[in-house]
Amino acid sequence: MTSQMTGAPGAQPLLQMTGIVKEFPGVRALDGVDLDVRAGEVHCLIGQNGAGKSTLIKVLSGFHHPDGGTIAWDGEEASFSTPAKAIDRGVATIYQELDLVPHLDVAENVFLGHEVSRAGFTHRHRAYERVRELLARLGHPEISPTRIVGELSPAKQQIVSMARALSRNTRLLILDEPSAVLDQEEVTNLFRVIRDLAAANVAVVYISHRLEEIREIGDRITVLKDGRTVATGLAVADTPTSELIRLMTGRSIQYVFPPRAERGPDLGGPVLEVRGLGLAGVFTGVDLTVRAGEIVGLAGLVGAGRSEILETVYGARRASTGTVAVDGKVLRRGSVGHAVRAGIGLAPEERKSQALLLDEAVYKNITVSTMARFARLGFLDQREERRRALELTRSMDVRPDGVTRAANTLSGGNQQKVVLARWLLRDCRVLLLDEPTRGVDVGARSEIYQLIRSLADRGVAVVVVSSEIDEVLGLADRVLVVREGEVVHESAATAIDEAGVLDLVMEGRVPA
Amino acid sequence: MSHDTARVERAALETDREYNPALALLRTSVGRNAGLVVALALICVVGAVSAGDRFTSTDNALTVLRLAATIGVVSIGMTFVIIGGGIDLSVGAIVALSSVWCTTLASQQFAEDSHWTMMVLIAILVGAGCGLVNGLLIAYGNIVPFIMTLAMLASARGLAEIISDKKTQILGAKGTDVSGFKDFFNREILGVDVSIWIFAIVAVIGWVLLNRTTFGRRTVAVGGNPEAARLAGINVKRHTVYLYVLVGVCAGIAALLLVARTTTGSSTHGNLYELDAIAAVVIGGTLLTGGRGTIVGTVLGVLIFSTLTNIFILNNRSFSEQSLFKGAIIVAAVLLQQRLASRSTTT
Repeated sequence: MTSQMTGAPGAQPLLQMTGIVKEFPGVRALDGVDLDVRAGEVHCLIGQNGAGKSTLIKVLSGFHHPDGGTIAWDGEEASFSTPAKAIDRGVATIYQELDLVPHLDVAENVFLGHEVSRAGFTHRHRAYERVRELLARLGHPEISPTRIVGELSPAKQQIVSMARALSRNTRLLILDEPSAVLDQEEVTNLFRVIRDLAAANVAVVYISHRLEEIREIGDRITVLKDGRTVATGLAVADTPTSELIRLMTGRSIQYVFPPRAERGPDLGGPVLEVRGLGLAGVFTGVDLTVRAGEIVGLAGLVGAGRSEILETVYGARRASTGTVAVDGKVLRRGSVGHAVRAGIGLAPEERKSQALLLDEAVYKNITVSTMARFARLGFLDQREERRRALELTRSMDVRPDGVTRAANTLSGGNQQKVVLARWLLRDCRVLLLDEPTRGVDVGARSEIYQLIRSLADRGVAVVVVSSEIDEVLGLADRVLVVREGEVVHESAATAIDEAGVLDLVMEGRVPA
Repeated sequence: MSHDTARVERAALETDREYNPALALLRTSVGRNAGLVVALALICVVGAVSAGDRFTSTDNALTVLRLAATIGVVSIGMTFVIIGGGIDLSVGAIVALSSVWCTTLASQQFAEDSHWTMMVLIAILVGAGCGLVNGLLIAYGNIVPFIMTLAMLASARGLAEIISDKKTQILGAKGTDVSGFKDFFNREILGVDVSIWIFAIVAVIGWVLLNRTTFGRRTVAVGGNPEAARLAGINVKRHTVYLYVLVGVCAGIAALLLVARTTTGSSTHGNLYELDAIAAVVIGGTLLTGGRGTIVGTVLGVLIFSTLTNIFILNNRSFSEQSLFKGAIIVAAVLLQQRLASRSTTT
């Protein structure tokens, strides 16, 4: 809950955007957006994928020049035509895809573009000192200013990004889905930092898909839909969640988890059997059996080794110990090709960089793992490919319709459906899903859940990794809790609640 | 409510590339290639105006195509490597090595006893072998393509110099009978040289391979997003090896065309072919970062360059002026493509 005053009524906003329009060839990304942000408040910006949030922050940080509308800064009309101008005014943005230079060290990244120097010579010691102060303020004194940024975890990279923002005289801090790369503990730390900043009269624009976070940190909310502001300045405390969902979607829905199969103990036989699987330095001794029709969830913090377990099962990483077997057949270690042929499919965490060929047509993305099936002597039957792909996308309700459009024209949720369709087409026996709803908007989530459950009902053995505990608990039949590379708990999903899982992942304690 | 649905539909239409005729066309490969055709036509107009009949004659057209054939074959192979996310700087050196190796063979006793197609086989095998070395070291040795093929550029030409003792090896100089080889390559079919036919056949095979086969689809996937390709179950490393073997084979074929045209094998053959080929591929709209490109574009790129060279020669302009102009064209073409590319990616 916020204890802070959100500025007196009538107080002049730090930033006032009115009727902002931004057009790209063929798309009107922003179509009249209003937003006012006051100093010292945490202003949440919500909306589905494609609502225009990213474009809006790019306008604010000087990357895009708006085609219409006005921006007032401190009550005066101002232009944010270049990133340099935005930075000079004190706008700092923490992007979803972090914009750090991986080969430089922490201090060099923090002061990139405004190096601590005298007469052109960089002043290393002073820089290191200041970075240490900043990192301590951000609750991470353990990060060394001399560490190479590329070696840090995404969560720590975000801290570095924050340090960079703080190293300037920041008056408006924009955070684009900052919690996506963070685990619960990190989020708590992030919120503490945000509260400190707001108390120091910095205005914060917080973008998130997670409504519960907004409840916790936000003061006011602006809702975007289809490039327009549909509501602005809603007080967080007085606006029910159902109202926000209605504004964002035009529909009233909640996260609805599909009912579990009623079969109970007489599920199919074991399909995926993992025995003593280990990856040196990451995780050890993982045992996992998934039966046909079962969904097993892996809960745990980011960095606990969940994604690595999936990738090792899939052969994308070479296991140092243990075996993976599908239908009793042991797979060759470290061979994705072998795993795929044995019937395993993976929907990786980073959809865009690990799963999709963004510039390519949807149908090519779907058939990429089954190409040989459409080929005779290497020649592809593209009509058949398109026909099968269209059948699948229609049955999964991928929107917009049509399989010849490029994959990057689809929203996150629909892209995820395309990845699922790929494995569906392969009739895979085992499906490994890493953060299946990351970047998927509220409306499409339930559809993805439904789809995963229907896959299981068809006899697929499913393993789901998610940072959102309620998602694991709601979707899975059985839950494994992973902590620092070890499975610390296994039970039916209904036998443990969110607090219990949280306790396990944080403390490793067995719930009372 | 109906207003809402209308909005959604409109948004769907607006984000759909197929519904923006003018811009969408320029973004598609067909549209880009149409642009290249227009450019080539303009260049031909310049040629016709400045050189008149000497340019427009059928003979001259054949000269242009003959000029295009050798570099064209190399460029087709280069297109695959670049779409697959790599680069091959060693093609020129491979051409030299292949030419020397197969003409050495032809000047030895061995050639007496075997059919002339042995030369063809040797040239192609030498090319494939160099490509295999490139590919294996790039894929499994994790050497950056630029560096690996730079090393091959130096080594292959060095080896060619050693084998030939830096001398130009004239076909059949030692009295060996190479008439079969000469007859085959100097023949005309339907009034068109065999070398031009070979270029055409390689281009057609390249097009089919890229657009209609699993090999082509995998090439695009590997170049466009290697991680996604790997996680989709494609053997990225093996495919990378295939790509370098493919460009090596193309270099071998180009060496044969060059040997037939000049009746020599030399360690200086194919000098700077790598740059001409890369230039043609880039002009043709293939992204140097991989994942996108067309064979038709590459063929047009090759034709644009060879036509320009021809016009410069007909007008008695120097080679230096030609090079200067070539550079300008490359920059202009890339600038234009970047414009189109940036328009198509912003959302």
